[in-house]
Amino acid sequence: MLSINQRMAWRNLWRNPRRTLLTVAAIAFACLLLVFMLSFQFGSYETMINTAVKVQTGHLHVEAKDYQDQQDMRLVIKDPAAVAKVMRATPGIEAFTARANAFALISSKERTYGALVVGIDPEAEAKVSTLQSIVRQGEYLKPGDAEGALVGRLLARNLGVKLGDELTVLGQGRDGSIAAMVLTVRGIYSSGIDEFDRSSIQMGLGSFQANFSMEGAVHQMVAVCQGLGEVAGAKSYIAAHLPPQKSPSLAVLDWMQLMPGLLQGIEMDLVSGIIFYLILIVVVTFSILNTFLMSILERTHEFGVLMAIGARPGRLSKLVFMESLAMTLLGVVAGMIMGALVTWYFQVNGLDLGVQDVMAQYGITGRMYPQLSWISLTAGPALVLVMTLLAALYPTRRIWRLKPVEAINYV
Amino acid sequence: MSIVQCDHIYKTYHQGRIEVQALSDVSLAVDKGGFVALSGPSGSGKTTMLNIIGGLDLADSGQVVVDGNSFEQMSQSQLADMRLNKVGFVFQSYNLVPVLSAVENVEFVMLLQGVPADERRARARKILDEVGLEGKYDRRPRELSGGQQQRVAVARAIVADPAIVLADEPTANLDSKTGQGLLEMMRQMNQAKGVTFIFSTHDEMVMDFARRLVVIRDGQVVDDQIKG
Amino acid sequence: MFLSLAWRNIWRNPRRTAVILVAIVIGVWCMVFLGALMRGMMVEMVHNGIATLTGHIQIHHKGYNADPVIENSMRDPEQAFKALEKALPPGSLWTARVRVNAVANNARHNAGVTLVGIDPRTEAKVSFIGKAVSDGEYLKQGDDYGILVGHALMEKFETRLGHKLIMMSQDTGKQIASRAFRIQGVYRAEQRSTEKLYVFVTKPAAQAMLKMGSSLSEISVLLPEGASPAAVAAKLRSLLPKSFEVLTWRQLLPILNGYLEMMDSFVVIWYVVVFVAMGFGIVNTTLMAVFERIREFGLLKSLGLKPGGIIKGVMAESFFLLVIGLALGNALGLISVWALSFHGIDLSALAQGAEYFGMGRVIIPEVHLKDLVTANLVVFVLGLLVSLYPAAKAARFTPVEALGHT
Repeated sequence: MLSINQRMAWRNLWRNPRRTLLTVAAIAFACLLLVFMLSFQFGSYETMINTAVKVQTGHLHVEAKDYQDQQDMRLVIKDPAAVAKVMRATPGIEAFTARANAFALISSKERTYGALVVGIDPEAEAKVSTLQSIVRQGEYLKPGDAEGALVGRLLARNLGVKLGDELTVLGQGRDGSIAAMVLTVRGIYSSGIDEFDRSSIQMGLGSFQANFSMEGAVHQMVAVCQGLGEVAGAKSYIAAHLPPQKSPSLAVLDWMQLMPGLLQGIEMDLVSGIIFYLILIVVVTFSILNTFLMSILERTHEFGVLMAIGARPGRLSKLVFMESLAMTLLGVVAGMIMGALVTWYFQVNGLDLGVQDVMAQYGITGRMYPQLSWISLTAGPALVLVMTLLAALYPTRRIWRLKPVEAINYV
Repeated sequence: MSIVQCDHIYKTYHQGRIEVQALSDVSLAVDKGGFVALSGPSGSGKTTMLNIIGGLDLADSGQVVVDGNSFEQMSQSQLADMRLNKVGFVFQSYNLVPVLSAVENVEFVMLLQGVPADERRARARKILDEVGLEGKYDRRPRELSGGQQQRVAVARAIVADPAIVLADEPTANLDSKTGQGLLEMMRQMNQAKGVTFIFSTHDEMVMDFARRLVVIRDGQVVDDQIKG
Repeated sequence: MFLSLAWRNIWRNPRRTAVILVAIVIGVWCMVFLGALMRGMMVEMVHNGIATLTGHIQIHHKGYNADPVIENSMRDPEQAFKALEKALPPGSLWTARVRVNAVANNARHNAGVTLVGIDPRTEAKVSFIGKAVSDGEYLKQGDDYGILVGHALMEKFETRLGHKLIMMSQDTGKQIASRAFRIQGVYRAEQRSTEKLYVFVTKPAAQAMLKMGSSLSEISVLLPEGASPAAVAAKLRSLLPKSFEVLTWRQLLPILNGYLEMMDSFVVIWYVVVFVAMGFGIVNTTLMAVFERIREFGLLKSLGLKPGGIIKGVMAESFFLLVIGLALGNALGLISVWALSFHGIDLSALAQGAEYFGMGRVIIPEVHLKDLVTANLVVFVLGLLVSLYPAAKAARFTPVEALGHT
């Protein structure tokens, strides 16, 4: 089954079990840590992205070219139906909806606050964002409800309104005229992201369009895709088939453009993580370098004898390398298995770091869940494998320079 | 007056799954000032006997008394003290600490005893002179010949005025001329300072130097003669 | 001589010692350097938080922090001024403000902002705005129709210096008050979000517009270096009636505070992880160094050295190893921090990412004594602890076993 060489290599490992086990443990430790940490990072990224996407932005927007920057009432999609038709035909899109936005003064009996008024299509919106599921008190908007509004928890608190209270909305319409209406609070929602909960109210799109003189236009068409992987394809399809619109012209934006801060924040986190891991691997490699060095040095006499009876340096090098390979593989595999088990345990049960409030702002509510994937399972261990084998190669140089007689007499 | 008194010593070793009866019912008494050789072939038990006399190893049964101190009830700590103050060892090889110079190797024992630095140094140098290594104080072991290394070992063994010096095949790795020189030096120490020497050996030359020859075979004393 | 023996023993096998030293040095180096980097980020975040109007301590009418509306203004700020005089350590600075939510309007745009009525002189000493005006001029006492807006807001509103901006907010009579201002200056802040949020007018202008009389929204205090915000806040609280609230920046910015605490524990965990990585090497290397010298240990014991002496000897060797590794690692770490402290690390490429986490664009690593001590302690103490294992192994062999060992 195993060749003589392989058997020799294996048994040589166990001449000094303690040393071998310590080395294997070091490698396994590094791999375990990397698997878990990478899974954790990727898991949190995915959660952050998906949450942010599901709360508000969706994966793709169709809107006027400069709308994102300027939020001007007049930068509209003039023919939403045409865009809707394109979206229905786009592969990879799971659902889409239309929205219109305006900044207005919202007054309750006691207070007045400036906030964003968002006109939504309740049915379609429920398929695109989590709004319906985060309504904590009262009810979600019903289609056709022209006087109902949903209010964010913090805004409701600041305005001092409860379910059923009235809100006066005062703003500026698309044509510059005054837009004024009275809405009744139907439901109060809470997303966990304070920014979102204190800055907007939602009302029916039809009523919005009427009150803000939209002439049937909307500001944004928001779509979610089946997964992050579908976004690029859907985006190019829509871009290719967009109905032409002159001023303003339309553009398709993906979530990375809509939340550049999130993307770069993730990149930054990933880069800093990688730096940490690289350093860790380097430290571990030097840590175990001595094992490889010593295991050759202390067998100098033995190698001398082997060479005297006819073994060539190449063969001895191969033998030593196989030992190192065996040790490393043992460690890497053990580390991967343990890493996968630990990760899987937390993937199912979640990890409570006690930093709920902080992470909630970035869209991670409740426990954190690492996500085991092929990349997180193999990237770290693969690097450890490469570095360790390189380290193992270094001491084998010595074998090539051995002279049999000197080696035999080496004490 | 016996400086070493051993009565009915038994010792068995377990080597893997094999039991080796190293010593059975060995009794030995050595007078102060003696120059005794324990001889016998390899495996006869002579090295074991030496180790037991020096407190490096414990007999399974029997009594060992060195300079009035009985080993039977002693703890490891007390045995260490015995080795420090009462017993000197010279081994066949690997006697010296490689990273210490000759004078430092000799000083080491006195360091353990708490002798102040100046006194240590002075005594170490003096004894090195006496064993013929004047001027070689700061040499490391690898810079000394085999014979010189053994001399340093002897110097260290006697510098603390021990009751007995135990030497386990001290000439085994030396050529005959060097070995003879070493033995002459040790005999001189024995006569000048009255230090008791007990050797274990199968070297004829050592046996010739000894004034008393105890032959051990298969774990038992088969002959015990005082030579003329 | 024992120490000298231990020292020389380390260098018996220079290559082996060098290899493990490299592991320790790299580990310690990155503990120091990365620790400083993380601290630099945190200091930056705190600084940002404080400078952007928060200050070290704020005094409000009770309930204002949770609900920053005009009803929660301090109607009798005199009490607060007196308390400040009594409680503040010398070298403190403070300023009083009006701060309400408002809507800014011009012909083409409107947006929600925070209107801040400041006393230009004192404000300049306490927060960032005094030095932040890049175009036009800062406010002076009496500039009651001037307004300072952020650069990003100016772009968003497509307006320029000298143009009109109308502010609307709810006054004390629950009516919508509005007033026209002229953009007197444009400021730049670390973050665009700040620029879009705050607009500044003079305090009298705000008070007049909102019919506040002499009421104030908040007093912000900047403490001198070394003063403890918690202690000063407690003193102020004891001097003021319950109708006031006194909050430190940690209470005002709980998210930031939570993040900092998270980073604190993260740093320690990271230190331990790095140590474990080098720990394996330390144990292994020491074990090998011990086993190589088993005969010698047997010899020493035959000379009368007690097991305790052997343990001490091996520990002394580890001690030297750790000391050298720590010295070099710390040196390298401090040098690299010093080298970077001139220009810092420029995050402009990831500017928006940095902003997302509340950081500025340039990070200057900062070594904190606490981290340095922690890192060194972790390595030193744990390093010695793990060396106990090989040391004990060395001491346990009986002399005979050791001497017979080939």
